Amino acid sequence: MAILAKDIRSEVRTRAALNAIVLFSVVTLAVVSYATGSFGLSPEVHASLIWIIVFFAAMAGLSRTFVVEAERGTEVALKLTASGTQVFLGKFLFNLVLLGLLDLVLIPLFQILLPIREANWGLLGIGLGLGSLALAASTTLVAAIVAQAGVKGALFTVLSFPILIPVLVAGVSSTRKAMDLAPWADAVTEIQLLVSYAGIMLTLSFFLFDSVWRD
Amino acid sequence: MARAWKWVTGALMTASILLAFTYSPVATRPRFEGGQTTMVPWPEFRIFFFHVPSAWIATLGFLVAMIWSIRYLKTRDPKQDDVALASSELGFVFCAVALASGMIWARREWGAFWNWDPRQNTVLILLLIYGGYFTLRSAIADEDKRRRIVAVYSIFAFVTVPFLVFVVPRVMETLHPSPIIKTDQQSGVMNAKMRQVFYLFLLSYTALYVWILNIRVRVERLSRANVVDLQAQEVA
Repeated sequence: MAILAKDIRSEVRTRAALNAIVLFSVVTLAVVSYATGSFGLSPEVHASLIWIIVFFAAMAGLSRTFVVEAERGTEVALKLTASGTQVFLGKFLFNLVLLGLLDLVLIPLFQILLPIREANWGLLGIGLGLGSLALAASTTLVAAIVAQAGVKGALFTVLSFPILIPVLVAGVSSTRKAMDLAPWADAVTEIQLLVSYAGIMLTLSFFLFDSVWRD
Repeated sequence: MARAWKWVTGALMTASILLAFTYSPVATRPRFEGGQTTMVPWPEFRIFFFHVPSAWIATLGFLVAMIWSIRYLKTRDPKQDDVALASSELGFVFCAVALASGMIWARREWGAFWNWDPRQNTVLILLLIYGGYFTLRSAIADEDKRRRIVAVYSIFAFVTVPFLVFVVPRVMETLHPSPIIKTDQQSGVMNAKMRQVFYLFLLSYTALYVWILNIRVRVERLSRANVVDLQAQEVA
């Protein structure tokens, strides 16, 4: 919890990750609406666009979770003062907060630039929320792995993308169903998949994090 | 032991390939024409003997890689990591073979090499995951750190395999035989003789995997011993 508070405090001061994520989503959304703005989008394309932007914005923001500690030289202090589990939990919650903010910024922006005319809004929100949860759950450990490796930029995306495929498939599918005004019962599989994936990835990360974090 | 194994593998592989083209009858499939169902020969189905065991070895290879990664994290013994590396490489190669043989089948049966079928996608994703594993290996210079970090990634990545292989193709629509073509006794596509040959193929592919794994692990250990020797000479 203290780690979460510390990260939020330093994020409020610098706004590095938040700026990266929000500006990235605004820029991509602007490009997309240039290309498609005058056409009506089918739910399939619309849902894919939302998730592509969420995915790449997350890649831009979350890759720095652990790299910043190494760059600021605070890694050792963190290792000394907190247990691995505490560090992981703090970082995971911070990533979750970042992605939550991203969702909150992204959907109103979509409403302005590429409006979603009608949808099962509850399902859309739950799908995005659970998707973000699964995203944060699977990428926090990868971010810790990447911070240990030499090349930092592209490696995070290369390692995260295949692991996130089940999340993206289920996320796109739930969003598409929400835009098709499908009832809740139709999206049970997707929601189950997102919840179970997030649960498995979190449990596994708790077990493995110490091996990455401590020498 | 290793010397004898080579001959066992060779004999098994030769026997399975010969039997696939002689002992095993040509598969048949039902055709509906003029309101009647007739069974017609289906020689293309033979690729099944090569395709499915490849996919099995790919899964086995990744599973073994994960187990030996866990063992490495417990013992921190480089010998465990050698097995994990060799097994990931073999899993990767057999995964590529399964993908290629699947594509040949797809060209013949579905009309195109690549159909964006969920099965094809998930196998491609598996290749990406283990491509990431090798990329990560080459990105970390320090040897102990490299072994530790890639072991974690290997365990983490393997958890996605059941999701990719079993869950995603069921969420999406697929053309892949296992849900569509029934290979059980009633459907008549595979009879008892084909089934025997198929099990022999599973056995001989597994023997092949064990044989190559053994060689690959020994190469890795020898090359490390060599490096240690050279370093010792330099120090001396």
